[in-house]
Amino acid sequence: MKFTKTAALVGAATLMLAACSGGGEDSGGDGGGAATGTGPIEIWLSNNEAEIAWGEAVVEAWNAENPDQEVTAQEIPAGSSSEEAITAAITAGTAPCLVYNIATAAVSGWVQQGGLVDLSTFDDGASYIEERGGDSTAAYQSDGGYYQLPWKSNPVMVMYNKDLFEQAGLDPENPEMSTHADFLDGARQIVDSGVESAIWPSPTNEFYQPWFDFYPLYLAETGGTQLVEDGAATFDNEAGAAVADFWSTIYTEGLAPREAATDDAMVSGTTAMQLAGPWAIASYGDSVDVGFMPVPTTGGSEDVVTFADSKNVSLFTACENQATAWEFLKFSTSADSDGQLLEATGQMPMRTDLAGTYPDYFEANPMYAAFADQTERVADVPSIPNSVEAWQVFRESYSSAVIFGNTTIEEFLSGSAEEITGLVG
Amino acid sequence: MADVATPPARTPSGSRAGGPDLRRRLRVLLGRHPIGTIFALPYMVFVALIFAYPLVFACYIAFHDYFFTAPGVEVERPFVGLANFIDVLTDPQVLESFRNTAVFLVINVPLTAVAALVLASALNAGIRWAAAFRVAFYVPYLTASVSLVGVWMLLFSSGGLVNSVLGPLAPDPSWLVNSALAMPSIALYVTWKQLGFYILLYLAALQNIPSELHESAATDGASALQRFRHVTIPGVRNATTLVLILAIITGANLFTEPYLLTNGGGPDGASLTPVLLIYQKGIQQQNPDTAAAMGMILVIIVGLLSLTANRLTREK
Repeated sequence: MKFTKTAALVGAATLMLAACSGGGEDSGGDGGGAATGTGPIEIWLSNNEAEIAWGEAVVEAWNAENPDQEVTAQEIPAGSSSEEAITAAITAGTAPCLVYNIATAAVSGWVQQGGLVDLSTFDDGASYIEERGGDSTAAYQSDGGYYQLPWKSNPVMVMYNKDLFEQAGLDPENPEMSTHADFLDGARQIVDSGVESAIWPSPTNEFYQPWFDFYPLYLAETGGTQLVEDGAATFDNEAGAAVADFWSTIYTEGLAPREAATDDAMVSGTTAMQLAGPWAIASYGDSVDVGFMPVPTTGGSEDVVTFADSKNVSLFTACENQATAWEFLKFSTSADSDGQLLEATGQMPMRTDLAGTYPDYFEANPMYAAFADQTERVADVPSIPNSVEAWQVFRESYSSAVIFGNTTIEEFLSGSAEEITGLVG
Repeated sequence: MADVATPPARTPSGSRAGGPDLRRRLRVLLGRHPIGTIFALPYMVFVALIFAYPLVFACYIAFHDYFFTAPGVEVERPFVGLANFIDVLTDPQVLESFRNTAVFLVINVPLTAVAALVLASALNAGIRWAAAFRVAFYVPYLTASVSLVGVWMLLFSSGGLVNSVLGPLAPDPSWLVNSALAMPSIALYVTWKQLGFYILLYLAALQNIPSELHESAATDGASALQRFRHVTIPGVRNATTLVLILAIITGANLFTEPYLLTNGGGPDGASLTPVLLIYQKGIQQQNPDTAAAMGMILVIIVGLLSLTANRLTREK
């Protein structure tokens, strides 16, 4: 009897709550007038110290000129990843106006959620994005609209420890490891010299890990073919097999460990190479004498394409003052602001003629010049439906075949390609 | 028999107050002591808000083609019957995650119950340094998993302390990247981490066993082992039921340890658990409908296992 009574009370309260929550769908969202609304806005920045400093400086400059349209900046709330925090905010209707850390893979899901504003709907939206970023911006469209502004890239290159290279008998200024075969020879030489691992990409299961092992080499091998094109997976071919074989050899011969590092392997000297973007220069500059080279291909191309690892900016439908948000977005991605971003973070703004726009910076920072040059030849993850699920399928199949050798390369390529095509088609 | 008129109900001050029907209804709703219900009300609201509502909502999601949207965005979320459940039950990865959990439970649950009872009995017998041991067993339970996982990884990585001690006997591939050893390693870790809590449960139960029972058994010539078997084990039967049920529930909800220790269920899915998959499907991949269906199946399985444990350990 007591149980029945308690259950009845809990049930009644539950139904009441359910009834209350049902009304939530009519509130918030892209309300009338939001697109032309002006006034205070909130923005989120990534948890990168240098980027926060840049963001605060830009906000301060804007606020000084626009006291009636004040911008407030904060870090993306804590979560296991930015994407999860943003997804939760979209669902709850608490997303800010702008987020300066958008990964392309997550965009299709957020468009489906109705969380993002198509920037092409602003009068000068498409033209601004295309003038700033050039032809490459077309790859960032979803459903024919710009739901993200391509903002900055971190082209992935091979970073190496010059001291360990020298110790292994490799020329640290010109290691000549541009082909798969030469790279493997160099890696064997490094391990034979006593270094625990030649290269140490993370062998873990997260959906984004292929972006830092398989994918840059696949883009290089194919001259920039994305994982999925025209609604079908592209990698079940010779190029995909060549890259998978390359990494399989790395693991089979013990040139890279099958477990994650428990510390920073570059700093501790347990690895001689990592795949990294320009952010690594500032991170390792004081502790390791680093050099950079393009990712290898079977034939050793001169001008290889690599993974852009871009982070972009999106405007959210929860924003009440979208006109202010758009103006601030243009202000914060202007040539001046981009120059400040480059100075503060070493990350490459995605605009045409980067090296020509900031010649003084690259003259003073020659190590970054290689990355500026590489930005001319980058590709990103494709804008596809079920993007995260597709990458997760890819990763699991890759891990099984390439990292752990429990299935064959052929099974991995054909099986995951078929499954991914089914997911995105 | 003649009808007897019932006198009207009176309030403590002696005035009439709504009649017996209203009082009866209030009593049915609030019990004999309404003040108790009022005190319990905040917790009941908490239960409704945090447990009951999500459970009902998850049930709704599991039977619909559902995805989360921004407020104000109207989308079709048609009823799909058992489609999500069929998707889940025909997904080899899901089945693998349940198999992995079964491996975990087979190792963790009996080991937890036996180790906790033996250690609690030793502590209860008044061994030397009992207080120090009690603290030593309880500290891992109180310490955040994230920090303990770091220590465990240093111990069990290929170049870790355990392999250094084992030398040529160390497994290859190492513990946490070995498909056969990953889940048993996690089961051992969780057993060690949770043991302090279960020891406390058993200690409380052991102290409720009358010492006369042990004394009379000893007088009758029972050895220590016989006293443990015929006095201690039956005496803590209720605690054993609780330990088993809690260990099953904790084990079935395994997430943090494989997420951190084996980097998201590795190697090659050998330590993938249902809750890890629910997280991937529901949060990362934005498929809350299949995640909810999987959650419902997990709840049913845990319920059945708990019921079985209860039946097996119930006093005949």
